[in-house]
Amino acid sequence: MEASAGGGCGAGPPLLLSDGEQQCYSELFARCAGTVSGGPGSGPPEAARVAPGTTTTAAAGPVADLFRASQLPSETLHQITELCGAKRAGYFGPTQFYVALKLIAAAQSGLPVRTESIKCELPLPRFVMSKSDGERRIGNPAELLGTKVQIPYLTTEKNSFKRMDDEDKQQETQSPTMSPLASPPSSPPHYQRVSLSHGYSKLRSSTEQMHPAPYEARQPLGQSEGPSSGGPGSKPLRRQASLIRSFSVERELQDNSSNYLDEPWRITEEQREYYVNQFRSLQPDPSSFISGSVAKNFFTKSKLSIPELSYIWELSDADCDGALTLPEFCAAFHLIVARKNGYPLPEGLPPTLQPEYLQAAFPKPKWECALFDSYSESMSANQQPRDLNRMEKTSVKDMADFPAPTQDVTGDDKQALKSTGNEALSKDVSEDPAVNSGLLPPPPALPPRPYPSQSEPVSEGDLHPQLNRAPSQAAESSPAKKDAPHAQPPSKPIRRKFRPENQSTENQEPSTGGTASAATVKPHPTVHKQSSKQKKAIQTAIRKNKEANAVLARLNSELQQQLKEVHQERIALENQLEQLRPVTVL
Amino acid sequence: MAMCIVVIAKENYPLYIRSTPTEYTLKFYYMVHTSLDVVDEISAMGKALVYQRELYLGLFYPTEDYKVYGYMTSSKVKFVMVVDSSNTALIFQKLHNSYTDVMCNPFYNPGDRIQSRAFDNTVTLMMIQVC
Repeated sequence: MEASAGGGCGAGPPLLLSDGEQQCYSELFARCAGTVSGGPGSGPPEAARVAPGTTTTAAAGPVADLFRASQLPSETLHQITELCGAKRAGYFGPTQFYVALKLIAAAQSGLPVRTESIKCELPLPRFVMSKSDGERRIGNPAELLGTKVQIPYLTTEKNSFKRMDDEDKQQETQSPTMSPLASPPSSPPHYQRVSLSHGYSKLRSSTEQMHPAPYEARQPLGQSEGPSSGGPGSKPLRRQASLIRSFSVERELQDNSSNYLDEPWRITEEQREYYVNQFRSLQPDPSSFISGSVAKNFFTKSKLSIPELSYIWELSDADCDGALTLPEFCAAFHLIVARKNGYPLPEGLPPTLQPEYLQAAFPKPKWECALFDSYSESMSANQQPRDLNRMEKTSVKDMADFPAPTQDVTGDDKQALKSTGNEALSKDVSEDPAVNSGLLPPPPALPPRPYPSQSEPVSEGDLHPQLNRAPSQAAESSPAKKDAPHAQPPSKPIRRKFRPENQSTENQEPSTGGTASAATVKPHPTVHKQSSKQKKAIQTAIRKNKEANAVLARLNSELQQQLKEVHQERIALENQLEQLRPVTVL
Repeated sequence: MAMCIVVIAKENYPLYIRSTPTEYTLKFYYMVHTSLDVVDEISAMGKALVYQRELYLGLFYPTEDYKVYGYMTSSKVKFVMVVDSSNTALIFQKLHNSYTDVMCNPFYNPGDRIQSRAFDNTVTLMMIQVC
């Protein structure tokens, strides 16, 4: 019995596979993860042994086909997918795939679909592939062994080469709806799961799968993706190299030039720009932090549930300091966008969203304020939307100003802590956690409930299509500007800058998400009642200021309390010191 | 090996409960509850708040031999642990670190139940280690 590192994920049951099973499964995995046409990609046993340690994932399309070929009913397949952890993880890694295959074998043998079933000896799962390509008979490892070039698995890991042939395309088009991995709770329409970036949209429209791993080398897409895809020059290289049978690797770190769009966790250039601009709207200094409270308010507007936001924060705040640096912010934003588009959240932060990766992958963007203005200036043909824009910017700036003092304080604290390396020490059991936790976390945890509840109705009102009334639209337009971008980051960046006008143009966009359904405003009410709009805008600003005041007051009181506790701590410690001192003196 | 970890808030209600072998769960909860009195006693004695205190209850249950450990943070959040080994200092430190990370999350309001997966993982790790 060859023990495969099925437990490598840490979440699945330990898998024990026999040799035959190992071979078969690794082949199947290679088949699903790599290219499929022209002879199956066989997995030599040594590759299979290495397989669990890698980060390859199988594409959802071939996997779905494979599962269906097992001739099990679809509920069983769904159960299997859930059990094997693909839904949790959001992708079919080797572990999930092997567990799934085992479960299929169990189901085919008549055992119930449970994790216990796979612990016993099972025959190989049987698949009936009714494809024109007769080579796709699986369950016949001996036949597959003699096939093409077998590359040591480790080296092929470096190459994320996929070959796109017509048969693959056929296969993809035949599996448009089977997407066991994507189970968005809000069940957005299919077209809404458009993409996380511009380039994804083409992929989605044809297949609607989470991991179009085999698709990224598709030529027409690649060319149209332009800057956000890998350089076209790398494609011929890929084609040549793909002659060599290779296994696909999805989650490896690529440099910018070969930026594959096959994962949803990779941030494209325009997304990055958008995130950075949003960061700047919250925090003018790009190298500083966004405090927890500011970030909380901002992300709360995305309408995700608090536990989800909490989990996203947990994933993205890598150093757990209660504040987001720019890369952390981008990661968090990206996860939110992904979640809104229906992707399940991953178990751990994907490598492409790690702060180090993001910092290395993207250079520092330009920080001219003029950039931000120029978009709106150039796009705005209407005087009034420009006013609204300015109004919104001032209100946003007010908002940013208010947390700025506290944030500067906490930011300074954090920077001081970090620079002196105290942060590591501060995790000690002694007084430091008290100090650390006293100063840093409570401010982020503090934003009082009235604040979100006040801002919620404001933005809630925006969501409902009551925007026929122009005054309400003016009032809600500022929070709406945050909402709409949340819902629709994949659209062109220029659109987002020009939000008020976009609210009418976005109406015609078929791919606007649920929140942007609010933007069903008719163009004509925007024209009249300027003065009342301005008044409403002022009132909104006043309200926001009041809320900010409330936040700060509460922050203040909590900090006072913390201070008191810290004082007590200090007294206690000093007492201890006194007690210890005579001992040391002697 | 039986083990139970409970995080208790300042107001003495539980924020997080996790235990292994479920037939003893109720017993554990009861022991943890009674140990709260001991915690209050000790803290009233004026000793340093952040040091851990041992509560040995071996005599209570002659058949089973496990101890109840307590640990209180500076914000009066208590960690109570029922174990039958004594590697507790390190465990409490790790718990405290994990708890601090949970607190850093702005979406976590103090007084909420702890639903952080990272915290769960840490606790699981503890339990696996001990067991």
